[in-house]
Amino acid sequence: MIAFDYRAPRSLDETLAILQEYGDEARVIAGGTALVTMMRQRLAQPACVVSVRGVAGLGRIEATNGSIRIGALVTHREAECSPLIQERLPVLAETFRRVGTIRIRHMATVGGALAHADPNQDPPVTLMALDAGVEVQRAGGGRELPVAEFFRDYYESALEPGELVTAVTVPLLPAATGASYVKFLPRTADDYATVAVAATVTLEPDGEHCREARIALGSVATTPLRERAAEALLSGARLGERLLKAAGSAAKTAVDPLDDHRGSAAYKREMTAVMVERALTQAWAEARRAARASG
Amino acid sequence: MIRLTVNGQAHELDVPSYRTLLDCLRYDLGLTGSKEGCGVGVCGACTVLLDGKMISSCIALAVFADGREVTTVEGLAEDERLHPVQQAFMDAGGFQCGICTPGQVVAAKALLDAIPHPSEAEIKEWMLGNLCRCTGYYKIVESIQAAAGQARA
Repeated sequence: MIAFDYRAPRSLDETLAILQEYGDEARVIAGGTALVTMMRQRLAQPACVVSVRGVAGLGRIEATNGSIRIGALVTHREAECSPLIQERLPVLAETFRRVGTIRIRHMATVGGALAHADPNQDPPVTLMALDAGVEVQRAGGGRELPVAEFFRDYYESALEPGELVTAVTVPLLPAATGASYVKFLPRTADDYATVAVAATVTLEPDGEHCREARIALGSVATTPLRERAAEALLSGARLGERLLKAAGSAAKTAVDPLDDHRGSAAYKREMTAVMVERALTQAWAEARRAARASG
Repeated sequence: MIRLTVNGQAHELDVPSYRTLLDCLRYDLGLTGSKEGCGVGVCGACTVLLDGKMISSCIALAVFADGREVTTVEGLAEDERLHPVQQAFMDAGGFQCGICTPGQVVAAKALLDAIPHPSEAEIKEWMLGNLCRCTGYYKIVESIQAAAGQARA
């Protein structure tokens, strides 16, 4: 690793002032799983590393107004094991559980995973399907943007120099809605996905038509993708196996995967169709269960 | 200057910002039990506990341990008495070449601290990130099951 200035502010204001001062010379570190690995491989050589590990107030998980707000410093393991998330958004707890290993989940943070903007990660896919929002702060202001608009390219997010991810806000599921996350792993259980899909399905009161569906894809493009064309096929339609298969076929035309040791691009495209269909089938079943449970 | 406690002993160290926790343990403190395998947090040979939670010390900065407590494989035995996990790995043959063993043992200790009587599935999920290239994993799982029994007695 190349030497760097190390700053460890204790407050958010101090952090934002340092980030403003260093601009694009600074990189934020939280869990370190992404940045230290990249620095060790000389893929990142920041002049200044700003640790937010000691910043107060960024580590809470709280229920707010129809949503769960997860502070940027919450670790993947804390999110996975949070009784609040397990109870209200089990698909999200399950998604965090699918990331790497427990050791990595003890280190990697929710905010860090977003800022790293690696299209192979699990949580952004589910957060996108759940229509979560990312809270971003900079000296003198803040903004919130949908996760679906947060990713720009490989390892590139909408964050400007001086900005910090401070939380992610995840809406709870509406009534008669099911959600799922499926991850195709042909190699090892701690690997990145070959294809990952998160989906939600909301039923109309008749229990047979789809009011709304959301589909997000991971590991098949330069960013996680929201697949709106496939969603549109489902919206308002009567649900059935053939329709879910058609949605899968639509999704495979939207992806642009790379050939790598997790599969060829052609294979990943085919698997996108399969996994979208599986994710929708599972979300649909969950939606029917939710509809029955609420009578 | 960082202050950290390693295996119950307090240290004050002047470390450069880019020092990994693993290198700090091995080269500044001479605790060479923790190994560097992959160097990117995948293999588990560098597993240590930071405030009781297992982490990859090869991708943690030493400064992360400032004000905190680190446990390495050297800190498991009490006096001359091996930790039940260490004894069980010996009795049940949970290792061959030994390079992954410090990480396996530290991870297994953390498991039994969190879940004293884990199921086989819980053992496999917990130990997923500790790779062994000699034995396969049956003996490792058996060692942990034996240690859990020993801790029960």
